[in-house]
Amino acid sequence: MSNEVLKRCPQCQKDVQVGEHKICPYCNYHFPLTVAERLALFADEGSFKEMSSGMRSMNPISLAGYEEKLKENQKKSSLSDAVTIGRCTIGGKPVVVGIMSFAFMGGSMGSVVGEKITQAMVEGALTGDPVVLFTASGGARMQEGIFSLMQMAKTASTAALLEETRTPLFLVLTNPTTGGVTASFAMLGDVILAEPGAIIGFAGPRVIEGTIGEKLPEGFQRSEFQLEKGFIDSIVERKKLKETLSFLIETHTRRA
Amino acid sequence: MADEKKQVLQETVEHMESMLSNNQKFEAKSSWDCVLLSRQSGRPGAKAFISMICDQFMELHGDRSYGDDPAMIGGIGTVEGRAITFIGNRKGANFRENVSCNYGMSNPEGYRKALRLAKQAEKFGRPVVCFIDTPGAYPGLGSEERGIGQAIAQNLKVFSTLKTPVLCFIIGEGGSGGALGIGIGDKLYMLENAVYSVITPEGFASILLRDPSKAKEAAEAMKMTSHHLKEFGVIHDIIEEKSPEETARLIKETIIRDLDNLCSKPPEHLVRYRLKKIRGIGEVSGGKEWWQPLLEVFAKTQSFR
Ligand SMILES: [Zn+2]
Repeated sequence: MSNEVLKRCPQCQKDVQVGEHKICPYCNYHFPLTVAERLALFADEGSFKEMSSGMRSMNPISLAGYEEKLKENQKKSSLSDAVTIGRCTIGGKPVVVGIMSFAFMGGSMGSVVGEKITQAMVEGALTGDPVVLFTASGGARMQEGIFSLMQMAKTASTAALLEETRTPLFLVLTNPTTGGVTASFAMLGDVILAEPGAIIGFAGPRVIEGTIGEKLPEGFQRSEFQLEKGFIDSIVERKKLKETLSFLIETHTRRA
Repeated sequence: MADEKKQVLQETVEHMESMLSNNQKFEAKSSWDCVLLSRQSGRPGAKAFISMICDQFMELHGDRSYGDDPAMIGGIGTVEGRAITFIGNRKGANFRENVSCNYGMSNPEGYRKALRLAKQAEKFGRPVVCFIDTPGAYPGLGSEERGIGQAIAQNLKVFSTLKTPVLCFIIGEGGSGGALGIGIGDKLYMLENAVYSVITPEGFASILLRDPSKAKEAAEAMKMTSHHLKEFGVIHDIIEEKSPEETARLIKETIIRDLDNLCSKPPEHLVRYRLKKIRGIGEVSGGKEWWQPLLEVFAKTQSFR
């Protein structure tokens, strides 16, 4: 792939040529990837089969403007909602994957995201295939009120079922992973990986600054900070993603 | 300016007092009225209900890892000869306690204490009763450093499969993930004037309505009252609010009635029922039937077959 394009890096403000991995050569900022770009990093070519592609959000608390907001985001992002799930192979080994997209309403988790993540996990529990989830989310989808909060319960309780069926659950946290996603399935992986420099936390940086009345220390809530505090297992470069996932899949396969 | 604020506050207090004294029907109250009532100082909190319900209560402290969080109360109580583990958010009954309890906003060690006590209850086959009353988990530096997200996530996972009966009562503010962290059980009740929401109306107003002063409007739009949540099927029932003693008596009756019923069931059945209930929440179009796959997963487990 030589789709080198000139982009303005939001972190260092330089105009940069981003290579196939979409990383700023000056500050190592990891640009968000589309679902296809993400899959290209780790999935065997052409192996991805989407699941539940027809699922759409409703308006459970009848909030004015939500349906328009959904349509607008569907048009803008060419996505149906903030997560895509399916099956693929990695080095020939079958896995179930879920890839969140921050581009769709900030990757917020409403009923569709909760349901699809849950379906992906149930699929893993039924087949025994490892489940690999990529997060990118600002948190719960407030437009769905209490139903969005309940998706935390739904995804976390399904993670408990993966525990019971001894199904591997691998998480890859990408920038940003905050709020209700962090406080549910994102922190429940058997192995939790993160991309370099990703913001990972519960409360958003601005909310914390509002509470403490001062600026946050440099690097607060970044992947490197979470690694130091013991909440993630490893930080993985995009170029090492396939190799790392292959190793994990290999070492988590149960032999009868 | 300050006087104006004071006057608004005074009017609000009078308005709320009149609502309480007239004992108006629930339907007559607006969502915003409930928000104010749920936050009203002097409203009985977890500690007060525990002492009104229990014959004896012994508080147990600490998460065995970092510290003891005063914003989360926990311990063992006896209710008519039955031993029960109680867990609750604690806001404090006066200003000094409010400050020491961080206004009911727990740090990770609060959730980890709750988890420890829940596991302890499970070990001894003791039921768990949770009283929820928090604006949310504490959004501070230490809280993040010690993994508030991980702590809540862990609670959701463990409470959903805890093999002992769990009853949850939202007695005041049910604020987001901080409330959910001790809010998963076999039964979820709300006091009539309690609220339960994904974000505060103030937060909703400033983020979605782009105007922090529209909290009242936000409260209506969010559908966060006990009445709404019952309609949504998120809670099992509403408990009428009377005098604190009367309300405590209603809660106590509910606890005894439910435990008589739930304690006779095999714990695996409780967990399966709990997981099915949680699994069904959410509204999507073009979804597929989830019931059968879930039953198949149960069949594959050791514990919930
Ligand atoms: Zn840069």
